[in-house]
Amino acid sequence: MADTHAAEPTRRDFLYVATGAFAAIGAGAAVWPLIDQMNPDASVLALASIELDIGAVPVGQEITVKWRGKPVFVRHRTEKEIQEADAVDISELRDPQTDDARLVKGVDGKLHPEWLILIGICTHLGCIPLAYKGEYDGYFCPCHGSVYDTSGRIRKGPAPLNLAVPPYEFVSATKIKIG
Amino acid sequence: MKMKMIQKLSIAVAFATVTAGAALLPVPAAHAEGAEAHFEHMNWSFNGPFGTFDRSQLRRGYKVYKEVCSTCHSMEFMHFRNLAEEGGPEFSDAQVKALAAGYKVQDGPDQAGDMFERPGKPQDAFPSPFPNPEAAAASLGAAPPDLSLIAKAREGGADYIHALLTGYKDAPAGVTVPNGGHYNPVFVAGNGFIAMPPPLSDGQVDYEDGTPNTLDQMSQDVAAFLTWTAEPKLEARHRIGFQIMIYLLALAGLLFFATRKVWSDQH
Amino acid sequence: MSGHSTYNPSNGFSRWLDARLPILRLGHDTAVSYPVPKNLNYWWTFGGILTFMLVVQIVTGVVLAMHYVPTTAGAFASVEHIMRDVNFGWVLRYTHANGASMFFIAVYIHMFRGLYYGSYKAPREVLWILGCLIYLLMMATAFFGYVLPWGQMSFWGATVITNLFGAIPVVGQSIATWLWGGFAIGDPTINRFFSLHYLFPFLIAGVVILHIWALHVTGQNNPAGVEVKNKDQDTLPFTPYATVKDAFGLSVFLIMFAYFVFFAPNSLGDVENYSVANPLKTPLHIVPEWYLLPFYAILRAVPSKIGGVLLMFGAIAVLFVLPWLDTSKVRSARFRPLFKQFFWLHLVVCFALGWCGAQMPDNVLFSVGSIDFTVTYFARILAFYYFFHFLVLFPLLGLIERPKPVPESIAASVLGGNAAAAKA
Repeated sequence: MADTHAAEPTRRDFLYVATGAFAAIGAGAAVWPLIDQMNPDASVLALASIELDIGAVPVGQEITVKWRGKPVFVRHRTEKEIQEADAVDISELRDPQTDDARLVKGVDGKLHPEWLILIGICTHLGCIPLAYKGEYDGYFCPCHGSVYDTSGRIRKGPAPLNLAVPPYEFVSATKIKIG
Repeated sequence: MKMKMIQKLSIAVAFATVTAGAALLPVPAAHAEGAEAHFEHMNWSFNGPFGTFDRSQLRRGYKVYKEVCSTCHSMEFMHFRNLAEEGGPEFSDAQVKALAAGYKVQDGPDQAGDMFERPGKPQDAFPSPFPNPEAAAASLGAAPPDLSLIAKAREGGADYIHALLTGYKDAPAGVTVPNGGHYNPVFVAGNGFIAMPPPLSDGQVDYEDGTPNTLDQMSQDVAAFLTWTAEPKLEARHRIGFQIMIYLLALAGLLFFATRKVWSDQH
Repeated sequence: MSGHSTYNPSNGFSRWLDARLPILRLGHDTAVSYPVPKNLNYWWTFGGILTFMLVVQIVTGVVLAMHYVPTTAGAFASVEHIMRDVNFGWVLRYTHANGASMFFIAVYIHMFRGLYYGSYKAPREVLWILGCLIYLLMMATAFFGYVLPWGQMSFWGATVITNLFGAIPVVGQSIATWLWGGFAIGDPTINRFFSLHYLFPFLIAGVVILHIWALHVTGQNNPAGVEVKNKDQDTLPFTPYATVKDAFGLSVFLIMFAYFVFFAPNSLGDVENYSVANPLKTPLHIVPEWYLLPFYAILRAVPSKIGGVLLMFGAIAVLFVLPWLDTSKVRSARFRPLFKQFFWLHLVVCFALGWCGAQMPDNVLFSVGSIDFTVTYFARILAFYYFFHFLVLFPLLGLIERPKPVPESIAASVLGGNAAAAKA
């Protein structure tokens, strides 16, 4: 019917366009669960944060814990280590950061420089550095010779960045929650 | 076109019949010789397409499980963190942490290679009263089934559980109860004799919200709780299902008119 | 039906591609310009619905396989992990499990449509046989898949069916052992069933392609059973006429699918499968999923084990040779009054066989005097009729019945109004 074609294109097209759009919305919504199912599930997310009792770590010692499948160094620094970290000229660092910038305030609102929490993965190619080794008594990575100081900042060797600080907070004076 | 309407109508009726038939008619399951329990169909809050759980009922039910059932029955697919999830008893994160910490959980090995005990955490599973079914059977005579899925693993679900817990009675005259058995006509699987002694009695569990702690009430609450443990996504399923149904009805409507329009140039 | 391609590439890219890999042309010829009889009713939308369901099952299956663990120790727990922890895992699992049932509902409607309208008759014999092959592969896929959750029914259903192979004389036990990879269903079995369950749907997809190819060679059958005589008068282009109609049919089907997934997800299953498999405890009542029940009834109806196996497979095998059993010159049951009655009887018999498959075989339905009419007795009568229908009635009815006058053409049947519009 030539008349119908010319007379009402808008109404007919609108119905088809609306139907097509409506169907596309549904198809799109149906795709989301297929993608989201690959995201971390509830049991993995439950392990996404850990609470750690750090009161048992004596001064001048360090423990390593597992968090999200990665090693985390928890070092109870001595006064000497803290002073050495503060004394460094930031402009000389490959990845300039003050020691304070790598700390987190406690429940008392004050920084606690005696606690150094770092992700124990070398920022070069991912090996786990050794603690209390290397020129600065910070960390030394045996794979390619990166040297970190007592704040975990890169000083020598091929690593481009400082050892990463994980997201953490103090739950109490002796307890931290990582992640 | 008249014929099209008849076709569509017959398809719609056929689908409705298949759907209704499958959903309403229980698949004829066999019943043991003799005992055929008819149990009460309760008005659960989670019944029907718009059903939801009653939060306080789930919390009471959890208390009953924790204080009575968990002595013998494990719940291996439940974790403490589930108690804080949406659609369940919805305890707060702090409450769940405290609940979990009240249990001792085995962990390890430590640096020395030994297993050790530590307080529970939200990510831990509900601890099992026995290390394995064999130990349970050795201790109790028969292994009590895990309760995570029991509401889906028995015909009648929550109705059956409630009926079973309230179904203990004295054996009728002339019926001998075998050793270690208890008379409960609802327990069709054992021809009316069940190894579990009546687990509940009036006043057994204290309810903090003031609900009367009668045997019937506790049975209902724990049945509801067990329905949630078997189907924790029930509320999300109903909610999303409703939205999808509305969407599909609208889509079918649009396609109906689009089809008619496309075919309108045919007689 | 396969005429010249009318595809005309409309832009530079299309022309370039068409000269190198004419895939757009193939798409156009298959689903846009492809001529479809004008008089198709909604029973013809189920082919499209089936294709959709195959895609749904493959897609949900592949994502479920990202979380499933195919070991006896881990399988049941991995399914619960999917239901409880995996994001939208419960949607994926319920869609896949109920999707299998929907797939079979659709395939049965599709097959019965074929039986009613004589779609299996020449020149569509190969089309029909490919369809039977798809059906067989579907049943195998479903069988493997049902074992994977490792519930009581998974284990015991598989035990019963694989034990049947032991009934084969001489080599039976070796075959059973070979299937199991051991002396009973166990870890080797579940692992290989997982592999085969992942594989078979792609075999199905391959045969579906052949099935559609065969269809496009002969063209669709239609409710009048009369071949296309004049392309312009008798047919319409697939797009938009069949596309939109198939889409509408699919949307109604999806409403039913969604009802099951979201409001009655376990109604078609068995509660026993929510108990983990226990090789030392047999469930009171071993039953396959509903879509296999008629064959299960035939299996149990026969008193001998090997006889039951032969007749069960025979019930499927007989479908393959239907094109040569039916002697009628008239295709569609619309014009075959006797055949039509027996079609409905056969349909009822299939439902009744399914019902029998779910009952305890010794249940007494009623007694006449001292004779107990049991489920088994009833199933035997029904099974007898099932074979009688195909092996005796199909050849006989074509010879003795007087068919109604068949329309001159499809166009005539559509314009003919009342005569052709008479309910199928």
